Amino acid sequence: MNLTPILTPLILGAGAIVVLLADLLAGKGNKTVAQVVALAVIVFAGIATVAVWGRGGPAFYGQVSGDGFASFFNLIFLLVAFLVVLTSPSYLKRSGSNYGEYYVLLLLAVLGMTFMASGTDLLIIFLGLETMSISLYVLVGFHKQRPRSNEAALKYLLLGAFFTGFLLYGIALVYGSTGSTNLEAIADYVKAASTPLGGYMGIGLALLLIGLIFKIAIVPFHFWSPDVYDGAPTPVTAFMSTAVKAAAFAAAMRIFYHPAMTLGIPWDKALWVLAVLTITVGNLAALSQSSIKRMLAYSSITHAGYLLVGFIARNELGASGMLYYLFSYGFMNVGAFTIAYLVNRRGDGSYSLSDYAQLGARNPVLALLMSIFMLSLTGIPPLAGFFGKFYVFSAAVQAGYVWLVIIGVLNSVISVFYYLRVMVIMYMREAEDLKDLERVPSVGFAALVCGLAIVLLGLFSGSLLEVARNSILTIL
Amino acid sequence: MFPSLNHYLILSAALFCIGAAGVLTRKNAIIIFASIELMLNAVNLAFAAFARHWGDVSGQIFVIFSLAVAAAEVAVGLAIIVALFRHKESVNIDDVNLMKW
Repeated sequence: MNLTPILTPLILGAGAIVVLLADLLAGKGNKTVAQVVALAVIVFAGIATVAVWGRGGPAFYGQVSGDGFASFFNLIFLLVAFLVVLTSPSYLKRSGSNYGEYYVLLLLAVLGMTFMASGTDLLIIFLGLETMSISLYVLVGFHKQRPRSNEAALKYLLLGAFFTGFLLYGIALVYGSTGSTNLEAIADYVKAASTPLGGYMGIGLALLLIGLIFKIAIVPFHFWSPDVYDGAPTPVTAFMSTAVKAAAFAAAMRIFYHPAMTLGIPWDKALWVLAVLTITVGNLAALSQSSIKRMLAYSSITHAGYLLVGFIARNELGASGMLYYLFSYGFMNVGAFTIAYLVNRRGDGSYSLSDYAQLGARNPVLALLMSIFMLSLTGIPPLAGFFGKFYVFSAAVQAGYVWLVIIGVLNSVISVFYYLRVMVIMYMREAEDLKDLERVPSVGFAALVCGLAIVLLGLFSGSLLEVARNSILTIL
Repeated sequence: MFPSLNHYLILSAALFCIGAAGVLTRKNAIIIFASIELMLNAVNLAFAAFARHWGDVSGQIFVIFSLAVAAAEVAVGLAIIVALFRHKESVNIDDVNLMKW
């Protein structure tokens, strides 16, 4: 039996059980053990991912594939999870919900994501999505003494389960019209079909797409995300806005990039409208936010829209650009949320922008890092955020979607306002009371790693794009 | 032949729509949750009918998996509703209003 394609999820699953046991044996009050073991599991899984990079191939009767595409996404999930686990303990301690189960759930969520990226059967993709979602429902409500966290969890759960129904119905219709849930077998059936499938198959694929873009928070299925991102514990928000979006995009690319899946339906026209709406709505809503957490939540909707531009382009540069974008976006957003958490000194969850007044004088390093994240999110060269946008936009131009790119670029200009506002507040505004920030070495380290990664990914953007280009060969 | 595949599909679609209507119109979180379960089970019916139509077991296997997933979702969901009830003494979603939608 060839276990190479599922090596990463195997390590994560076994690791989650080890973390659970280690937490039990360490006794009450000592949660550092759980965190350290979880970090070790993630590092180990990361080494395993790199060691078998792209050598998995299809396995288990074509149900999973450990190709380069899966490996690339596994690396994204594991890097984000590593940074999130590194930053979590101080938040959990402050909020009085420092339990070892947090790390177990996080590992299980990553386990689900790896199956979303490597699954080549709708059943596996569905199970991966649900493993991820159910873990996340709990993680969002993890701060259970806080009503906002509870409300966020309930909203996410009810809407998530509602859209799971649509996703499942979509799978049922696709299965009904082709007689298989295997992506390869479905594609073969579609190619061989003498009569156009239309009807059931088209509706099925549309429902499937709706289920996936709900997780990415594309307008008009975005309405949950600002509230859930706002109410969830900040490290979980960072995790959701990056890794979850990446996982859902991975599944969408796997399913919809197969040429047979278009069925002559103009998906690109429908997605064109959604992309424009997503970018614009996210941007306009972010303009008026006074809480940095909500501002970043809306900005992540906008970034999902930019990624959708690359998805619509449907060419080699678009797909590899999306991989590059998702990779670098992980560092940008986790870094920004990390600093948002450090600066929120009141600890009441208001995350007001006015907390940033004179941060440049109070803590120059933190202010510099935050500036890097904001500039990268805006898309200022030579940072990684610029190249991500540049690749997906040029892919869209190559594919002939010039107006889409014009609207995207205009929106990038609007976004300069709310990203740079943070910098203006940090360096220009006078603070009323100067209080020292809490110093948390591990969180500071995570922010530093994110900052360095963004600069380096920007400087060596060509090499990462090359890796991404090799990774997408199996899915296009 | 009666009942044919189409009869099952119509029933499944009708149940799915009843469930969706329940989610959209009811205010009690537990009723909404029950409506979601109805939607998922409507899909299971479609899966079983398609499996019979194709003479293929993978549809039935899908039903088992989807039941397991739905059970896990209920376990987590009811826990979240209980946690919310401790704060609000209510499971009415109109009371879930700390954040704007």
